[in-house]
Amino acid sequence: MSDDPQMTTGTPQPAEELRPPATEVGVLGWLNHNLFSSKLNGILSIVLGVIVALVIWGLAQWAVLDARWDVITDNMRLFLVGRYPPEEIWRVWLTLTLLSATTGLSAGSSGIGSVRMLAIMLTAGQLMLAALILVSGLGIVASLALVFGAGVVYATMLAAQRYPVRRLWISLGWLATTIAGVLLLAGLGDATPLPSVSTNIWGGLLLTMVLSVAGILLSFPLGVALAVGRRSRLPVVRVVSTTYIELIRAVPLITVLFMAQFLFPLVLPEGLRIDNVIRAIGGITLFSAAYVAENVRGGLQAIPTGQHEAAFAIGLRTWQTTVFIVLPQALRITIPANVGLFISLLKDTTLAYIIGLLEILGIGRAVLANPDYLGTQFEVYLFVAVVFFVLSYTLSQASYRLEKELGIGER
Amino acid sequence: MADEPSDAPKGASGGSTGASIPFYRDVRVLAVITQIVFLAIVLLVLGWLLNNLITNSETRGISTSLTWLDQRAGFEPAESVIPYTPDDTYARALLVGLLNTVMVSIVGIFLATVLGLIVGVARLSSNWLVNKIALTYVEIFRNTPLLVQLLVIYFVVFLQMPGVRDAIVLPLEMYLSQRGFYMPRPEVAPDGAIWLVSVIIAVVAFFSLWYLAGRREDEGRPTMGLRWIASAILIGLPLLVWFLIPGGPLAFENPELGTFNLSGGLRFTPEFLALTVGLALFTAAFIAEIIRGGIQAVSKGQLEAARTIGLKEGEVLRLVVLPQALRIIIPPLTSQYLNLIKNSSLALAIGYADIFNVSRTVSEQTGQPVAVLVIVMAVYLIVSLGTSVLMNIYNRMVQIHER
Repeated sequence: MSDDPQMTTGTPQPAEELRPPATEVGVLGWLNHNLFSSKLNGILSIVLGVIVALVIWGLAQWAVLDARWDVITDNMRLFLVGRYPPEEIWRVWLTLTLLSATTGLSAGSSGIGSVRMLAIMLTAGQLMLAALILVSGLGIVASLALVFGAGVVYATMLAAQRYPVRRLWISLGWLATTIAGVLLLAGLGDATPLPSVSTNIWGGLLLTMVLSVAGILLSFPLGVALAVGRRSRLPVVRVVSTTYIELIRAVPLITVLFMAQFLFPLVLPEGLRIDNVIRAIGGITLFSAAYVAENVRGGLQAIPTGQHEAAFAIGLRTWQTTVFIVLPQALRITIPANVGLFISLLKDTTLAYIIGLLEILGIGRAVLANPDYLGTQFEVYLFVAVVFFVLSYTLSQASYRLEKELGIGER
Repeated sequence: MADEPSDAPKGASGGSTGASIPFYRDVRVLAVITQIVFLAIVLLVLGWLLNNLITNSETRGISTSLTWLDQRAGFEPAESVIPYTPDDTYARALLVGLLNTVMVSIVGIFLATVLGLIVGVARLSSNWLVNKIALTYVEIFRNTPLLVQLLVIYFVVFLQMPGVRDAIVLPLEMYLSQRGFYMPRPEVAPDGAIWLVSVIIAVVAFFSLWYLAGRREDEGRPTMGLRWIASAILIGLPLLVWFLIPGGPLAFENPELGTFNLSGGLRFTPEFLALTVGLALFTAAFIAEIIRGGIQAVSKGQLEAARTIGLKEGEVLRLVVLPQALRIIIPPLTSQYLNLIKNSSLALAIGYADIFNVSRTVSEQTGQPVAVLVIVMAVYLIVSLGTSVLMNIYNRMVQIHER
């Protein structure tokens, strides 16, 4: 580039450099190509442009002038954590901070773009929540806790970039975070410093996240087992797994949730009572296991036979081949599909409202039942929809990126 | 490696040296034993659960017989396509629910396919604005929960419509109000049967001529405009007969505005409208992406080759792009149709009388939640399997017929 001037002086000068016509480059060129490439396109662009402008203008006017956003801000606590006791709320923030630390650690150490993207999303998410809480007047402390959490993600990520942590420790860290999170949220017992908080009073976004995360984590082992079973050489194992998968996949989630609601108390021995939330998690787990199984089966089928043959050739047994050779490769390529499953599961947890759980949509419906908030339906549903949109859209973008990084499309 | 043949597990390589292997190392024996043990564990767990179910049901006084199916239901599903009175049985109530589910599914699938096709093609448009509007639509509907969408469409759109007296008047005697959508009800006039017969003849003739044209095309003979003739018969014959019958073959019963309500005509309830529109909008977002993916998957070389041999743009689309795209589109499209059918169970949230909603009432009245749920799940299983079979037949038709 630097020796360009000499080049131009060396070559014979073109008489006059013709500039491309104004309609081909720049703003005009872009308009010409993308909006007015033909007469029909031009008319279409103008008509649609006017409609879009009117819709956006109307919505903006409604959002600024007419909408009663107090229905959201007044009930922000309910939307976030339901009836989780205010004096115990620090346990939610602490869980979030632990999660932040572990995410930052993984993102910094692994250096995988999509994981880093998730970490940044967690930072942004916590900052957004902090702002929402501040606007709703829920107290400066909660906002500061969230800002602190956001800081933790970033700090641990930077630290781990300097001093990467080994994979084993990260896995153990996730395990510890999960256990600590469950213990923190549910409590240890009434006599301890962490009094029990019954799952019956969990609610809002907290419950939505608990339902979906617990659902996917618990369904994963069952799903992998079912997938391996469906690919088994033993006909009995194959038939049992296939029957389960196909039966579950043929019925709607809501029927499974109701079944869990009624059947769990009936099939468990007398005296063993389980909470509504646990039953819902059980139903979601049994349901999504079938879908995990189909994702994993796809991964298993993608592993070339040469891998099996090579494993047998070096003397591995069937179960060793499956556990050490085939599954690790298969699971790796099914990550994006399972992230997709998690996203749809996250949205499907709204069905729990139908069986009476107060997850975020259930809270919204409960708030709308209050006569003070008559006529604020659209505000409430829009808020719930936006929460889901933000979660689902960012996760799907991360998953898309992960897919590229794993190079699944290219194979 | 070659130095340690004695360690290699001979049994793993199969039966040729069978005699020297002890039975606990013989893969065939091991396979049988593993399966027996596996089956025993599965049956034991199921048996234990079933045993608990029976004992718990007995202590709670839930009978396990199905005699309640024939009892008088005493309630009436909100809407029904077959005659129903509260004196009818629970079994018939469930049938009413099933028919409603089927109706919503058929209308929903039709709307979702049409809308999905439009949005999918719009996603491929070279017009930036069209493209981005379609993208926004897809992202909004794919990334928010269907249940929230349904609640918005029902409570914020259809229930906020003007009252009956201020109903929105649409052309052709159609009305849209809080109470639903009203349109003229077509009824076959005395001479109408002739017209219906002519429609059937036209359809049969259309498909046979179209098939004949396809056959001739495959054999490389000219189609002699058979496709044009087929289309002309399909449209022309019913039209001709229509005008030959004095007064027309169909009589329309128009909805009339009374003091409090619109009466007569064909009415679609707000619940039905919200559910079908909601399901269609949601599913169309997914179908659009499937169609876009399918069309984009047809390689560019195919298009260029088709143009090179002189096909017109319409022919390129009809003969080259669509047949190949369909092969990719059909399997995921099938699973979207199945999803739509299963998602119709969310009718419960907006009070449409689909099978699941009816079954909730039945189970509350009979105190048989588990039995009712099992019946409903079995119905969904059958409907899903039926749809899969139909779509698989269609799929086989569009796949490559290798010679």
